[in-house]
Amino acid sequence: MSRRVYVNGAVWLLLLTAAWWLPLIGGYMALASRVLVYALAAMGLNLLLGFTGCMSFGEAAYFGLGGYGTGLFLTHLTHSTVLAVVAGTIVGGIAAFIFGPLVMRRRGIYFAMITVAIGQIFYFIAERWNSFTGGEDGLSGFSRQPLHFGFATVPLNAVAFYYFVLFFFAIGAGVIALLLHSPLGHTFVAIRENRRRAQFLGIHVERYVWASFAIAGLIAGLAGALNALQNNFISPINLYWVESGNLVIMAVLGGMRSFWGPLVGAIIFVGIQDYVSSYFPNNWETFIGGLFIIAVMFFPNGILGIIRQRAKAA
Amino acid sequence: MSLLRLTDVSRAFGKLLALQHVELEMEEGKLYAVIGPNGAGKTTLFNLISGFFPATSGEIWFDGMRINRIDAARRVALGLVRTFQITEIFPELTVFENVRIGVEAEARCSARPWPSRGLLRQIGDRVDELLDTTGLTAQAGRTVSELAHGDQRVVEVTMALSRRPKLLLLDEPTAGMGQEETAHMVTLIRDLHARQRQSILFIEHDMDLVFGIADRITVLNYGKVLAAGTPQEVAADPLVQAAYLGEAA
Repeated sequence: MSRRVYVNGAVWLLLLTAAWWLPLIGGYMALASRVLVYALAAMGLNLLLGFTGCMSFGEAAYFGLGGYGTGLFLTHLTHSTVLAVVAGTIVGGIAAFIFGPLVMRRRGIYFAMITVAIGQIFYFIAERWNSFTGGEDGLSGFSRQPLHFGFATVPLNAVAFYYFVLFFFAIGAGVIALLLHSPLGHTFVAIRENRRRAQFLGIHVERYVWASFAIAGLIAGLAGALNALQNNFISPINLYWVESGNLVIMAVLGGMRSFWGPLVGAIIFVGIQDYVSSYFPNNWETFIGGLFIIAVMFFPNGILGIIRQRAKAA
Repeated sequence: MSLLRLTDVSRAFGKLLALQHVELEMEEGKLYAVIGPNGAGKTTLFNLISGFFPATSGEIWFDGMRINRIDAARRVALGLVRTFQITEIFPELTVFENVRIGVEAEARCSARPWPSRGLLRQIGDRVDELLDTTGLTAQAGRTVSELAHGDQRVVEVTMALSRRPKLLLLDEPTAGMGQEETAHMVTLIRDLHARQRQSILFIEHDMDLVFGIADRITVLNYGKVLAAGTPQEVAADPLVQAAYLGEAA
């Protein structure tokens, strides 16, 4: 069996057994759920950033929209948690699909700036539209509902909710993995490697950037939906550009060229956020900033990039 | 019917006239060369034909179709595929993966997220066939950026071939190569032309190579066609001798 099979097996085993080993090292299930939520959003972003080579700084827009979609769906339309997740995912995906044509022809800093601008539009809409979104105070008054299977009803307590999130994380990660091993994924990577060559092999580069952008938005929408359910709350801050920056930091820290890089980045980011903020509630971001600078300067391919390099050299 | 025809084609960059009233006609199955000193407009000519940028005036016809307004990617689908003066490859991918991108585009499955096993097998077989044609089978698993310059250029040609071009445009295919690498590239071009009747239009500085293999040569100078004809006719042209070939003639 190849090394990749062992690595994947180990990752899934650790995730599936987290409820047993995490408390032993001082962790708790809500923290694990948050890691998975952000890891999923960062993996979606990484499809665009690490595999298609497009620097998006506006992924929080679709993350937040997914959250608002789920929250509003639960508030006004249904009490089905699963349907609310699906609704939030679709809202994020459709928004990215609609705004894709605005960004698909841009490159580098221009691509990044337009994605920020789009994200900020949604931020201000959410912040100002008090009657619909709850405005600055955010949207509350909804909560994740128990799952009904006919023969049993499962309340989504911390452990059950972790496995609920893990289920959707597995779907999202599975979709990304399948894509990356398909001709579509090969085309994304080709665009990252050399746009001109891709174009002169007959590939309509912009259309594929659009596709990557929409899929990343869909995954971010899914993650945002799960985030809203985790907190039973969603606020404009989830749409803010700083949240987009956090997702970029997670992808870069873990390794943009690695499938599991964003998961590693999310573990580090959320871990530092949780543990360091209990000692330095106002300065924990300084640690993230310092770590990010070190990562960019000394291991630009992220933690998994370094591990892969060493494994290759050995 | 000619495969490629340029009628009164010009291209200006601001006040600079890079190409002026260029006429060029090429038949199917031929091996044509474009020569000229640095700055003569050779690469600009390739850029116009391949759709890198549009002509300022004039008409470009390919396989019976006026292609002036057709974008670069669609021109590839029509059968116009090029290589570049500075090698354009996917540097961090393997040789196999580089060629596979082109094969998938040719199979019109680049957008497919979940291909069948049969399709994947067909794609793999086609890549293997192309690597065999260009002598890259032994390098298939190597990352392209680790290859020697000459091999990288062969990879680029293989990628171009993956699109089954009706016309292959090669921009200085032997630039920067050593003697052995040049000989390999020349053999490859000759074989493609002789065995597969591949139509090839190429730019080259190596006069021995050009006069050794080209069916016809077009000479550009200061953006204008100075002469066009068989190697013998071009070599005998006093204008060419005076302006460009000098001692080489």
